[in-house]
Amino acid sequence: MKVLVPVKRVVDYNVKVRVKADGTGVDLANVKMSMNPFDEIAVEEAIRLKEKGIVTEIVVVSIGVQQATETLRTALAMGADRGILVTTDQVTESLAVAKVLAKIVEEEAPGLVILGKQAIDDDANQTGQMLAGLLGWPQGTFASKVAPEGDSVHVTREIDGGLETVALTLPAVVTTDLRLNEPRYASLPNIMKAKSKPIAAKTPADYGVDMTPRLSVLKVVEPSKRQAGVKVKTVDELVEKLKVLGAVA
Amino acid sequence: MSVLVLAEHDNASLKDPTLAAVTAAGQLGGDVHVLVAGQGSAAVAEAAAQVAGVAKVLHADDASFANALPENLAPLIVGLMADYDAFVVAATSRGKNVAPRVAAQLDVAQISEILSVEGPDTFTRPIYAGNAIATVKSADAKKVLTVRGTAFAKAAATGGAASVEAVSAAGASEKASFVGAELTSSARPELTGAKIIVSGGRALGSADKFHEFIDPLADKLGAAVGASRAAVDAGYAPNDYQVGQTGKIVAPELYVAVGISGAIQHLAGMKDSKIIVAINKDEEAPIFQVADIGLVGDLFTLLPELTGKL
Ligand SMILES: Cc1cc2nc3c(=O)[nH]c(=O)nc-3n(C[C@H](O)[C@H](O)[C@H](O)COP(=O)(O)OP(=O)(O)OC[C@H]3O[C@@H](n4cnc5c(N)ncnc54)[C@H](O)[C@@H]3O)c2cc1C
Ligand SMILES: Nc1ncnc2c1ncn2[C@@H]1O[C@H](COP(=O)(O)O)[C@@H](O)[C@H]1O
Repeated sequence: MKVLVPVKRVVDYNVKVRVKADGTGVDLANVKMSMNPFDEIAVEEAIRLKEKGIVTEIVVVSIGVQQATETLRTALAMGADRGILVTTDQVTESLAVAKVLAKIVEEEAPGLVILGKQAIDDDANQTGQMLAGLLGWPQGTFASKVAPEGDSVHVTREIDGGLETVALTLPAVVTTDLRLNEPRYASLPNIMKAKSKPIAAKTPADYGVDMTPRLSVLKVVEPSKRQAGVKVKTVDELVEKLKVLGAVA
Repeated sequence: MSVLVLAEHDNASLKDPTLAAVTAAGQLGGDVHVLVAGQGSAAVAEAAAQVAGVAKVLHADDASFANALPENLAPLIVGLMADYDAFVVAATSRGKNVAPRVAAQLDVAQISEILSVEGPDTFTRPIYAGNAIATVKSADAKKVLTVRGTAFAKAAATGGAASVEAVSAAGASEKASFVGAELTSSARPELTGAKIIVSGGRALGSADKFHEFIDPLADKLGAAVGASRAAVDAGYAPNDYQVGQTGKIVAPELYVAVGISGAIQHLAGMKDSKIIVAINKDEEAPIFQVADIGLVGDLFTLLPELTGKL
């Protein structure tokens, strides 16, 4: 079975972004960029399925600026087999991304598409569900366990009250939660090897998808800041302060 | 304008996040209708009919809706949306699961986790773990919105008198089925609705210690228990305790962070709490930058003392 893993290039999760003074967005100049952490988990899961002999080929795809090649190379160095880069300078809204992915799915016919549950820049948490909706495929979102068996897959999902398991007929869409696995680091030899793995260059037009955003961003502001409060030295002082604030009786 | 709100429930009772979604829906203007899709869920439909501001309840009762599978819910909702201008659902794990599927089938860009309604097509929402708030305007004819529960007041659960109308199911998908659930059982208040939360971090060191030190304080305060991702990953607390960018978003009256450093991703989930108390042995811990009251020291001595003195 072939697996398709979409990977997004985002601001590194350690960076605390700054809102631009003119309110047009966040300042991305000279900021460290990385693969979306949930997508690393998706790539790792695909590799583990390949190591178990369930998966035969892992195709990674990124939609975005030219530099997203680096993100694909990272995935290839981890162990993916080949990449597809769909370049665009437009904002990549989830719906348009899902439409491009749906076309790639038609061409590649994977048995599973494994995406991150959420991109940590737009925090949209949509693309996987949208892709499943467009394809009419079943979906296993927020997965903490993925167990393919024959022509179906059991997905254990992290939900508000705990965990639930669903059985999905393949082909299916899965989105990863944090506890699905711990992604590996690429070894130096694998980083070197990844340089010669193929990356196909495409554009949204190749797939007939219009990337024009449906949402216009009118402004971006900083959230209201919290004032740091006081430090107390003893538990008695803490209890006293809580009483004054009316937080405890 | 008319708005369809999907009810969050467990087939027995209507859940609070629905009430915040009803408030947000009301702010769009026009009639608010609530869809209750479940199995054996008549009591939920009756409860939804009493919610202030709800004009009509659509009740779809069918075995295929027992476990809120999006493969079965989406066709029902997409069909109903022919008569509505907006679809609104709370940003719970269920809401997040189904809404984008609906949006894609309607060819609409979903607007996730709205914080406010600025106009019928303009909303604010958090991006970058809440480090920026974007105001976005939708060009789509129909809107699909998920609503952050902590950002909207709850509609009154009683006072309304909506009619209940039965709607039929669209048929069950053969591609997805429910296998089972392992729900965390707790006598404590539910995390997202709790007035007081005591959260523990990696510093607790083990599941036993987590219970031994966090639970008594939570019991004393009548609080819900939360955790950082590090504590959940290490198995000290169940996954549904996780507070943060990728866990639950909470805004209680009082949030007590114990042995939690205050990473951006954790702050994203709790920095709108009214009063934040932090207990941490490192006085440079970032959590102190958002804490109203900080206590520097060893939690293993401070926490029992605090529990004793409250
Ligand atoms: C994509 C992504 C999403 C994430 N989402 C979330 C999320 O939703 N929620 C979340 O919480 N995290 C999330 N994280 C993880 C986050 O970055 C931090 O790693 C995590 O919050 C750290 O947890 P912690 O504060 O418990 O542990 P640590 O950072 O290890 O902090 C432990 C703290 O305990 C203190 N301490 C140690 N011993 C004692 C003692 N005896 N007494 C008192 N204090 C003591 C230390 O000084 C330290 O400050 C995410 C990360 C990524 C990459
Ligand atoms: N531009 C993109 N290129 C590749 N994958 C993407 C892109 N945008 C979103 N995705 C995938 O969809 C997931 C969810 O993203 P989102 O819906 O934006 O939160 C991500 O974790 C990726 O797996």
